[in-house]
Amino acid sequence: MKFHGRVWKYGDDVNTDVIFPGKYTYTVTDPKEIAKHALEDLDPNFASQAQPGDMIVGGKNWGNGSSREQAATCLKYTGVTAVIAKSFARIHFRNLVNNGVVPIVCASAVDAIQNGETIDVDLDAHTIKCATGDFDFPPLSPTLFTIIETGGLIQMLRRKLGTEHLPMPEIKSGGD
Amino acid sequence: MSGKTFAEKALARASGQSQVVAGQIVDAVPDAVMSHDNSAAISKIFRALGVARVKYPARIAIALDHAVPAPTTAHAVNHIEIRKFVEEQGIEKFFEVGRGISHQVLSEEVVVLPGQLILGADSHTTTYGWMGAFGAGIGRSEAAAIWATGELWLRVPESMKIIVDGELPRGVTSKDLCLRIIGDMKADGGLYMSVEFHGSTISSMSIESRIVIPNMMAEFGAKNAYLPPDEKVFEWIAERQVKSQKLKAKSESLISNLQSLALYPDADAIYAATYRYDASTLEPYVACPHRVDNVKPLSQVRGTKIQQAFLGTCTNGRLEDLAAAAEILRGKTVARGTRMLVIPASSQVLSEAIARGYIQTFIEAGAVVGVPGCGPCVGNHMGVPAPGEVTISTMNRNFRGRMGTRDSDNYLASPAVVAASAVVGAIADPREIYQDQVTR
Ligand code: SF4
Repeated sequence: MKFHGRVWKYGDDVNTDVIFPGKYTYTVTDPKEIAKHALEDLDPNFASQAQPGDMIVGGKNWGNGSSREQAATCLKYTGVTAVIAKSFARIHFRNLVNNGVVPIVCASAVDAIQNGETIDVDLDAHTIKCATGDFDFPPLSPTLFTIIETGGLIQMLRRKLGTEHLPMPEIKSGGD
Repeated sequence: MSGKTFAEKALARASGQSQVVAGQIVDAVPDAVMSHDNSAAISKIFRALGVARVKYPARIAIALDHAVPAPTTAHAVNHIEIRKFVEEQGIEKFFEVGRGISHQVLSEEVVVLPGQLILGADSHTTTYGWMGAFGAGIGRSEAAAIWATGELWLRVPESMKIIVDGELPRGVTSKDLCLRIIGDMKADGGLYMSVEFHGSTISSMSIESRIVIPNMMAEFGAKNAYLPPDEKVFEWIAERQVKSQKLKAKSESLISNLQSLALYPDADAIYAATYRYDASTLEPYVACPHRVDNVKPLSQVRGTKIQQAFLGTCTNGRLEDLAAAAEILRGKTVARGTRMLVIPASSQVLSEAIARGYIQTFIEAGAVVGVPGCGPCVGNHMGVPAPGEVTISTMNRNFRGRMGTRDSDNYLASPAVVAASAVVGAIADPREIYQDQVTR
């Protein structure tokens, strides 16, 4: 898997309340609507200007706080392919993987990448190419790689359960 | 062969293996899976999996708590979807609007036992560590996956040990201990760790004070937290088992069953880090906006004007917390220009607080008492602040926007500090009010 896209860069300890505010968790259910509130309390420009294929670069402890899965799905619905950070909070890390958004831990790349630049990520070679150089990151474990490759946990389980042929309903609605 | 940590023992048991080591990925079979108002969303994901029935209905526990009673039609519709699913799937451990906050209710109803594994679609599922269970938060897709298959992949975490000895000074609580730890080591200080607590301060604490600790460890980045279960824990659980299983009396066999389930780390287990705290040197602390690790001693923020004082949540909405606040508020009134909101963590807490006269005290002091549940903790309703307002609360997190508007401040403190601040109308030290009570 290879990604090419523009970077939105943020700082340390970005929490899930600013990625997707809690007040919307039970009432905003449409994917397009969820995407509109992405990073609302962190960067009011993000949701309106982000393009499919964009990537996020964060500092340490990206996605700490609430377990709300919309903090991952709002990024997915905006078209974000990967989040590169110095470290991730664990539930959000799982939520990203389970929704097919790639979490990449690479502190040196985070320091090197500039906000707004366009970068290349190669998941198979586990490298990031940006203006100032190339960076290696540790490969994802095979379990996680399979989930992402399949498009997420639900798709993977449907394959495992032999229910892939059934129509896939659109999943709406929220939760903290 | 070195010894095993609690996390290694608990996840070995949950995955049916004789032993596992930190770093390993296992397929774990949780004894319980919890969710709340997000269960409607989970049920939709469950349906997308294409299976008709949940695998183990008896292992599923759902409590409505996040927006109760429903503040809007949309919330009411969300609740209806959950009730329908619960009926259709024969889920017996379902707790209605008003029963209380999931983590408190599931503890009272004994849906999980020491040594067992509980995964929950809520970040504060770490709470169950108070009884020596392995509790960890997961996402809603993962909860749906467990409903369908009964299992989920987990990585066995490394462990960190925090040893606390000594006596906490009067007016200093387990909440202050947690704020101090998070302030010292920051919000990612326990990132991905199983955080074990040991020491004489912990073992001499009441159960209610203990519950605060693993709850707050979600704010430390922990995967789970663990307090070694002792006789006090077994007694507390056995009493509730008598109630929930409608037994005649507490028997020796209940206790010995709990003892046999309990897991303890080996003396030579391997820890990533060990820290020590002397409880007698601690003081009341406050987490300042907008980060739980922005912790200052109370003395440094004393006098900050507030408009709302909120006592409640899964962190500090229990009887002991209400007692500490009632002690401050007895015969006093909430300051003009300030509102005080009390939301008991469960109906059992509320009922006992009525019996002990605490609720009367709150009402006479001019406080508002709300329905057991999460209240304004997640910005849905029942006491959300206006832009520009300042709240002091017993909540576990104070992130920007959490209570509904990004333009309000939230300070986190212990119940006594919150009550004292309500009386003064500004962040206040309860020890000064105790002093005042003595001199009068
Ligand atoms: S009281 Fe607050 S922190 Fe606790 S479960 Fe409810 S919303 Fe979450």
